Amino acid sequence: MGVLRTLIIKEIRQFRRNPFMPKLVVMFPLMLILVMPWIATMDVKGINVGIADYDRSDISQKIVSRIDASEYLELKGMFADYPSALAELEDGKIDLILEIPAGFGKSMMGTPEKVSIWANGVNAMKGSLGSQYLMQTLLKCFQDIRASRGLSIPESTIETVNFYNPTMDYKHYMIPAIIIMLLVMVGGFLPAINLVMEKELGTIEQINVSPVNRFAFTLSKLIPFWIICLIDLGICMVLAWLVYGLDVAGSIWAILLAAALFIMVISSIGVILANLSETMQQTMFLMLFIILTFILMSGLYTPVESMPLWAQKLAFCLPPTYMVELMRAVYLKGATISDLWINYVALGGFAVLFGVLAAITYKKRG
Amino acid sequence: MNRLLYFIKKESLHILRDIRTLLVVIGIPILLMLLFGFAISTDVNNINVAVCAPVRAESIEKVISEMDNSELFTFKGYVNPDEIDRALRSGKVGIVVVFADDYDRIVSGRIPDEKAVQIVLDGSNPNVAASGAAYLTAMLGGMGSEAGLVENHILYNPQMKSAYNFVPGILGLIFILVCAMMTSISIVREKELGTMEVLLVSPVKPIWIILSKMVPYFLLSCINLISTLLIAKFALGVPMTGSIFGIIFISLTYILLSLGFGLLVSTVTDKQMVALLISGMILMLPIMMFSGMLFPVENLPAVLKPFSYIVPARWYIDAMRKLMIEGLEFSGVILEFSILCFMTVGILRVALMKFNDRLE
Repeated sequence: MGVLRTLIIKEIRQFRRNPFMPKLVVMFPLMLILVMPWIATMDVKGINVGIADYDRSDISQKIVSRIDASEYLELKGMFADYPSALAELEDGKIDLILEIPAGFGKSMMGTPEKVSIWANGVNAMKGSLGSQYLMQTLLKCFQDIRASRGLSIPESTIETVNFYNPTMDYKHYMIPAIIIMLLVMVGGFLPAINLVMEKELGTIEQINVSPVNRFAFTLSKLIPFWIICLIDLGICMVLAWLVYGLDVAGSIWAILLAAALFIMVISSIGVILANLSETMQQTMFLMLFIILTFILMSGLYTPVESMPLWAQKLAFCLPPTYMVELMRAVYLKGATISDLWINYVALGGFAVLFGVLAAITYKKRG
Repeated sequence: MNRLLYFIKKESLHILRDIRTLLVVIGIPILLMLLFGFAISTDVNNINVAVCAPVRAESIEKVISEMDNSELFTFKGYVNPDEIDRALRSGKVGIVVVFADDYDRIVSGRIPDEKAVQIVLDGSNPNVAASGAAYLTAMLGGMGSEAGLVENHILYNPQMKSAYNFVPGILGLIFILVCAMMTSISIVREKELGTMEVLLVSPVKPIWIILSKMVPYFLLSCINLISTLLIAKFALGVPMTGSIFGIIFISLTYILLSLGFGLLVSTVTDKQMVALLISGMILMLPIMMFSGMLFPVENLPAVLKPFSYIVPARWYIDAMRKLMIEGLEFSGVILEFSILCFMTVGILRVALMKFNDRLE
C-alpha cells in the first residue's frame, strides 16, 4: 500500500508541474459544458418553407397564415411554379416546398387533388421532422376550412401525455451525454498518453527494475485520472445546474457510483492501448478510434434503436451505451439504482475486466 | 531540388520503417468509414413501445401488429397500469400506449366525449417524443380524413438514408484529425529527441524542411482518400453524381490544410504529448460542434455561428455534400473551395513563420 501511495503522489506532482495538463483539465470541461449544449440541440426550428402556388385561391392565404403562426416553420417565399422553388431549395435557401395544385381550393372536398410536400432530404432529420410539422399544420388548416364550410370535424379520441422533461428542452436531454463525452475524452486520452510517454522517454525502465508489482503500477496510473475526472464531473454538474437550471432528478450518489465505474473502464482501456503500443502517436491513433466509436455509436448523439441490428449488438458491447442510458435515466427521469441494476452490473463487469487486462498487458520485460 | 528529394526520402523512410503506425494510419479511416457509414443514423425509428390494455380486444391487437410492422415502432410487450412509470423511467420503452377499457365502443362512436387512447411519452428526448406522437396519432386515426389530402416526397435522399448525409461529415472529421495527428509530432519529435539540432545546422532552408515533412504524409493521405472514397461509392452506395474531379480536388486541398495545421501545432509546441493532445483531443471539439457534421450549421445560435466560419471542416463538409449528394458541378462549390485555399495558404504561412522564429 505504501508503494502505491508514493507512486500516486509522484503522478500527482508530475501532473501539477506540467504547464499544460492542469489548464487542459479545467478549460476542457468549461468549454464543453458552456458551449456544447447550445449546439447539440437537435431542436429542429426555423424550417424554411417555400410555396409553389398554382391555385392562388383563398386556401393558400389560409395556409400562409397558419405557417406564419407556427413556431417551427418560417415562410420564405411564394413561387409561381415548382421549378423556381426547386432552384431555391437546391441553393439551400428553403428546406421544404409546398406545392398547391391548380384547382385544389375548389376541389378540396371530394376530388382527389392533393397538395405535395417536397422535403430536402440531405439533412434527414430536418427533412423528416420538417415535413411532419408542415403536415400537421396543413391538417389543422384543412380542419379549419372544413369547419368554416359548416362540415363537422370528428373529435380526436386520442390524448397525449408527456412524462419528464416538461419543458421539452433538448439541451437538458443532451447535457448528461455531453458529460459522458467529457469523461470519455479526459479519462481516455490522458492516462494513455501519460503512460506511453514514460515508455517513449524511457523513464518506465526505472519502474521495470523496481520491485513495484504490476497491479500497484497500473492503479497508480488509473487513480490520479480517476480523481481528475470526478472533479471535472463535479464542475459540469454544478454548471449544468447554474447555467441551464438542470437538476438531478434522481440521486446524486447514483450518478457518482456510475461515473466512478465508468471512468475506471475508460482509463483502463487507455492504459491497455498504451501498453500495447510503442509510440505516443500509435496510442493516440488507437485511442482516437476507440473514442470516436464510443461517442458516435453509444446513443450519445444518435439513437441506438435506429442503427442496423448488427450495430445495435455491437453497441451493447460498448460500455458507454450503458452509461448513456443510465445517466439520462437518473438525470432526467429520476431512475434509481434498482431500476437500472443491469447497467450498473454491466459497468462493474467492464471495470473489472478492463482493469485486470490493463494490469496483465503491462509487461516489465521489454 | 536534389536536397529536397533526400529529405523527402529520409522522412518517407521514417514512416515506412514504422510498419505498425503505418498500418494504424491506413486502417483507421477504413474502419471508421465502414462502421459509421453503415451504423449511424439520425433518423428516429424503432422506438420501443409498450401497451397497456386492460381488455385485450381483437381490434387492439390489430393496431399493435400494424404498429409493430411499421419501421418506426417496435412492440415490446404489455404492461400493467402501475408499471407504466417504471417502464419509461428505466428506458426500456420510449412510449406507452394506454387503451381505454371501452376502446371498441368509443372508437365506434357509441360513447362520445371519451378518450379511447392515451399516448404516454418519455419526453426526455423531445424529438423522439414529437415524431412518435405524430406518427402514432396518424396511425390510430386521430387526424381524420384530411391526412389523405397531403402527399409527402423527399428529394435527393429518397429512402431517408442518413448514411448519405453522414459520409461527407465523417470524411471531414477523419481527414483533419488523422492528418493533423500525423504531422503534429513531426517537428516536435525532432525537438524532443534533439535531432532538430542536426536539421538546423544543415544548409536546408526552413521551407524545404516543412515541405519534406509534408510530402510523404500527403502521399499517405492520398491512399486514405482513395480507400475512403471507394468505400463511400461501392460499400455505402453514395451517389457521387457530382464532379469526381471536384471531389478529389477539394479533398486534396483539405488534406493539405490539415497537414499544415498539424505542422503549425508542431512548430509552436515543445512536447509531443501537448502536440498530440491539441491535434487529437482539443481539435475534435470545434469540428464536432461547428462543422455541421452532427448538428446542422443553420441551427447554431446566432452568437456561435461566426465560429463555424473559421472551422475548415465546415466548408469542406458543405462542399462535399453538394458534390457527393446533391450532384452539383465544381462551379457550385467555388466559394467553399476558395475559402479552403485561402485558409491553407494562411496556415502554411504561419507555420513557416513560427518555424523561422525557432531557428534563431
